[in-house]
Amino acid sequence: MAGVERPVSPHAGIYSWEITNTLSIIHRLTGVALSIGLLVVVCWLVALASGPETYARVHALYSATWFKLPLLGWTFCLFYHLANGIRHLFWDLGLGFGHAQIRASGWAVVITAVVATGAYGALAIW
Amino acid sequence: MSLTTPLNKVLGLGTAKSGVEHWWAQRLTAVALAPLGLWFAIAMLRFETLAYAEVVAWLRDPVTAILLLMTIGIVVYHSYLGVQAVVEDYVESKGAKLVAVVSSAFGHVFLLVAAVFAVLKVAFGGA
Repeated sequence: MAGVERPVSPHAGIYSWEITNTLSIIHRLTGVALSIGLLVVVCWLVALASGPETYARVHALYSATWFKLPLLGWTFCLFYHLANGIRHLFWDLGLGFGHAQIRASGWAVVITAVVATGAYGALAIW
Repeated sequence: MSLTTPLNKVLGLGTAKSGVEHWWAQRLTAVALAPLGLWFAIAMLRFETLAYAEVVAWLRDPVTAILLLMTIGIVVYHSYLGVQAVVEDYVESKGAKLVAVVSSAFGHVFLLVAAVFAVLKVAFGGA
């Protein structure tokens, strides 16, 4: 059967790029990033349980200047995944499926995530 | 005419061989994580310095320990379900898929046990 040209259904590649599928992909990416962030939090807790010396080493790494960038990244992932997750829960209740609604809620998620990340970062530094 | 057997009709199962448990568990953990995730984010913001003594004092508070243990348990489960869905969607080869899902399961159990042990040790005054 090798080499037989089978008909294929329209692939993702032929569809136009929209805010809806972009946000869906970002939801998955932020989810995976948060799973990696979970590793960082668990390391922090295990270091704490290991005593003051071990904790001091982990604390020094986590409070390093360069580490503020990944921390801010995880903060964005958390707020984005949280806001878009709530959007998904509304869909699960059968609400908000209209074309205009789905775009408006999408932009609301983006704005919420960006503003919350900015506010959180400002408060954390201050 | 339905090709579903009477048993499967009762159980609500289709060709996927399993029902809505995965989907439902993902939603339930998401609902729980909305307040718990916010609680954790705010708690991190309220530390003065995140120095050893300060964090230990925070974890010795039973309310903190209870909320953190709930957050850990639920977030690890939610993470496991999410990573599993991503792996099943994007890893094509059957072998690699199996290896990835099993590694993820082992990794998540390890994270769960390590975090719970650490929180309990500190909360009970062992650190």
